[in-house]
Amino acid sequence: MPEAAVQSEIQQSTVEAIIQAEKIEKYYAQPSENRIQVIAPTDLKIIPNEILALLGPSGSGKSTMLRMLTGLSRPSAGQVYWHGKPIAETEINVSIVFQSFALFPWLTVLENVEAPLQARGVGPEQRRERSMRMLDTVGLSGFEGAFPKELSGGMRQRVGFARALVVEPEVLFMDEPFSALDVLTAENLRSELLELWGNKTMPTRAVFLVTHNIEEAVLLADRIIVLGRNPGHIRTDFRVQIPQPRDRKSEAFTQLVDYIYKVLTKPDVAPDQVPDQQAGKRVRDQRQMKYQMLPHARPGGIAGLLELLIDKGGRDDIYRLADDLAFEIDDLFPIVEAAQLLGFLKIEEGDAVITKSGEEFANSEILRQKELFREAALGNVLLLRQIRRALETKSDHTVAEDFFLDMIDEQFSAEESERQMETAITWGRYAELFDFDASRRRFVLPEAEEEEAAASEEEE
Amino acid sequence: MIQHPFARSLITVRTWPFLIDMGVALCGLAVFFGIIYMARYWLGTPIPVVPISHSVRALPLYAFYSTVRITLAYLLSLFFAISYGYIAAYHPRIEAWMVAVLDILQSIPVLSFLPPVVLAMVALVPGHQLGIELGVILLIFTGQVWNLAFSFYSSLKTIPREMMEASRIYRYSGWQRFWQLEMPYATIGLVWNSIVSVAGGWFALMLCEMFTMGNRSFQLPGLGSYMQSAADSGDVRALLSGIAVVILIVVATDQLVWRPLIAWSDKFKFEQVESADRVTSPILTLLQRSALLTSLSEKLRARIEEPIYRRMSQARERLVVQPLDEEEDKGKGAIGFWTLAGAVAIVALWALTQAALMLRTVTWPELRVLLEGAGATFLRVNSALLISALWTIPVGVAIGFNPRLARIVQPLAQVMASVPASAFYPVLLLGLIRIGGGLGIGSIALMLLGTQWYILFNVIAGAMSIPSDLREVTTLYRFTRFQRWTRLILPGIFPFLITGMVTASGGAWNASVMAEYAHVKDRTLETIGIGAQISSATDQGRFPIILLATVLIALMVVTMNRLVWRRLYRLAETRYKLEG
Repeated sequence: MPEAAVQSEIQQSTVEAIIQAEKIEKYYAQPSENRIQVIAPTDLKIIPNEILALLGPSGSGKSTMLRMLTGLSRPSAGQVYWHGKPIAETEINVSIVFQSFALFPWLTVLENVEAPLQARGVGPEQRRERSMRMLDTVGLSGFEGAFPKELSGGMRQRVGFARALVVEPEVLFMDEPFSALDVLTAENLRSELLELWGNKTMPTRAVFLVTHNIEEAVLLADRIIVLGRNPGHIRTDFRVQIPQPRDRKSEAFTQLVDYIYKVLTKPDVAPDQVPDQQAGKRVRDQRQMKYQMLPHARPGGIAGLLELLIDKGGRDDIYRLADDLAFEIDDLFPIVEAAQLLGFLKIEEGDAVITKSGEEFANSEILRQKELFREAALGNVLLLRQIRRALETKSDHTVAEDFFLDMIDEQFSAEESERQMETAITWGRYAELFDFDASRRRFVLPEAEEEEAAASEEEE
Repeated sequence: MIQHPFARSLITVRTWPFLIDMGVALCGLAVFFGIIYMARYWLGTPIPVVPISHSVRALPLYAFYSTVRITLAYLLSLFFAISYGYIAAYHPRIEAWMVAVLDILQSIPVLSFLPPVVLAMVALVPGHQLGIELGVILLIFTGQVWNLAFSFYSSLKTIPREMMEASRIYRYSGWQRFWQLEMPYATIGLVWNSIVSVAGGWFALMLCEMFTMGNRSFQLPGLGSYMQSAADSGDVRALLSGIAVVILIVVATDQLVWRPLIAWSDKFKFEQVESADRVTSPILTLLQRSALLTSLSEKLRARIEEPIYRRMSQARERLVVQPLDEEEDKGKGAIGFWTLAGAVAIVALWALTQAALMLRTVTWPELRVLLEGAGATFLRVNSALLISALWTIPVGVAIGFNPRLARIVQPLAQVMASVPASAFYPVLLLGLIRIGGGLGIGSIALMLLGTQWYILFNVIAGAMSIPSDLREVTTLYRFTRFQRWTRLILPGIFPFLITGMVTASGGAWNASVMAEYAHVKDRTLETIGIGAQISSATDQGRFPIILLATVLIALMVVTMNRLVWRRLYRLAETRYKLEG
């Protein structure tokens, strides 16, 4: 759709942005001079009359981006402008709808909605009237005296919306607003949101939605930005031209979902936007990235996926797989990535294709599976290889977890490092590469006797 | 028509509030009269030694004096705790320092504060009884403030990030954030710690209403003095009636103050679903029905709160969303910070040289005695802990596994824990004299009296929290008794046990001061121990010894906390936590 792209170009350059970010980035200084870059310098504009969705895998800095754009977090470098003025010095009018709702449990529904007005010095009568009207709009009239804990999740998020909208924000930010809700409730709320937006019932001029749900983004957004990770950067930025209301089953819809999925599953195929790297500063680039990012999947999950693939003849559309499993596609993501990393499957055109070793793995019984997993892990995962080698070389065959944490935290944030370690431990334990003593936080080589015993059992 | 269900409820709604309002008004009047009476006494000329009558008729007045002292000390503690916690939580540059200071102050026994505080107050307010009274109130304050401050501080640090962000994005003023987010979030912790604190206040009260310091004696009218002088003269009848009054006050406080507060604070529970069992309080229900109180609070809100919010909303810095991560903002306020830090350093240096000069008068033999005493007390504290653990674990688990028993015993144990053990000391001491025992072992019994309850009710709570399906598993697979204990019960109660032991160990150190040294029937009972040395040094006014002994105690307690308790705590948090 070249016409649309041109159109989008024109629109973006001519319309005045409400919020404009210029080269904002986020990094955390490390004591070792080597800093952790969370978000690479990024330009971004929020313009009137559109719902902008920010998509990305976990660890791509979606939420951090939202917090920088709202002034809740100060960028390490760069500047955010609100109607042309720096955001830290001007009065801005935005609201956030939170994933956890962030309602005050000790205030009633009405008091929760009134609180932001109270902060703005609105008198009691007007406050009450505006809040009641807003509760009516979101379908909660009659519940004003209830406490949040008496409500269902969906109703609580309605309170969240009422509180956000009662101040008539110019930009409404939403941070994964539907991900804590069950599927039906989420769907219901989404369509109501679209209705409010479409009818112009809310005075909001732009909506900024952070989500990891591809379908949700395609369903709601006028424009989608896909983020990549390590560090967070914009992979692609495009307009969605499908008219509302959108049909999930339509050709255009599924094609777009597939396209985004392909972008997300191929982090290494460089999109044309390469993150800016300012000269003089040490920024981690892909060559320094020794350790692969381990997807947080369990060996059992990987085996399950491969078995399902064999049932399907060894090849299937990932999107359909998720559907069959009744999985959110994002929950399937790490499992697919893990299988790919271990060489058990390949991704071709949005399809998952099982490899030879994958097939053998899925068809073996448990001890053989562990053996195959061990080979694949040692062959493909640097961290596991290093742990194993260190255990074999040390005379007492034990090494502290901190030793490896120190090595990987040069590359990942502290939190991510711990998660990486956790996954490595799960995999290594499954493959019987090592034991992990959780109380002393040490890796231990399984003792020689044990190995012998296991070997003799196998012979039987 | 008469049988209409509404009729009854309408009648109750109409008649009761009038009586309740009358009650509320009478209480208000009583408080007013009390203030006048207290003021007249305080502003009078100072009488360091007020003669104490042993008559039972004097008891209500003494109880009144003591209650006022504790109430004032508590209010002061609450105010201090909130300010201290607030400053510590929001000023990352001094946070670590403030927490460390709190940690050290918490480990110092109340009696060590006595000489400096009383002397300072008497000097500051000369010519009025108020000076001595303030000194005593401040002493009680030192017995109850630290855990409140810790509680408030840690509540502030655990406020969920998204709630904090909501308050920022909707541009709450500091005032609104305090009342709608921070205070509600901290309330439950504050209420529970208040119960512990006030119990600590009573403990300290017994100690500091009557004392000698070198050649100066102080004796203020109050329950503490009453009981001590009764013990001095061996008047058992007076002693027992004193204890009865203390228990009466403690139970009344529990029913009239704590239970309503706990029931009320239930709404601040940070939970997503309503829990099934809730504490109820008839008093709270009554108060909530009072028309007088309701209209009063509504008027207050309209008259005072609204103008404040209106004023606040116009403040300049409130128009901008304040970032939450301010760590990079190092330039601002740096000058103020460094001047403050400099001033603190100078004062600390001065105090340190003074202390060093004072300590130079301590001789080597004295130091050796102190170290021996420290060792003896250390052993005593730990054996008291061990004995408490040994009997409370089986008993607590038995109670906890029997829900019907637990419902009866748990509130009882809670009340027992807040009856000050120090009230029973004189009775026990008299008994000890009669059987001719010394304080060497007797002091352990005294420590036990105060500390075992904390462990007991924590163990009960721990046993109750063990899920019944896990217990069924142990029955199903026919675990032996040994397996049951090592695999399920002990790991299950571990976090609770540790919490109880930490509180109990702090209490035992504090109790050592009273347990190792006592005047009874014109005799001085004493044993080797650092608590005894602090007590006798206070009696004789030997400040260098007090100082050195205090430093030793603080050192030992802080080291124990760092080396043992904190580690066990972390282990409990990570490994033995039963998650829902």
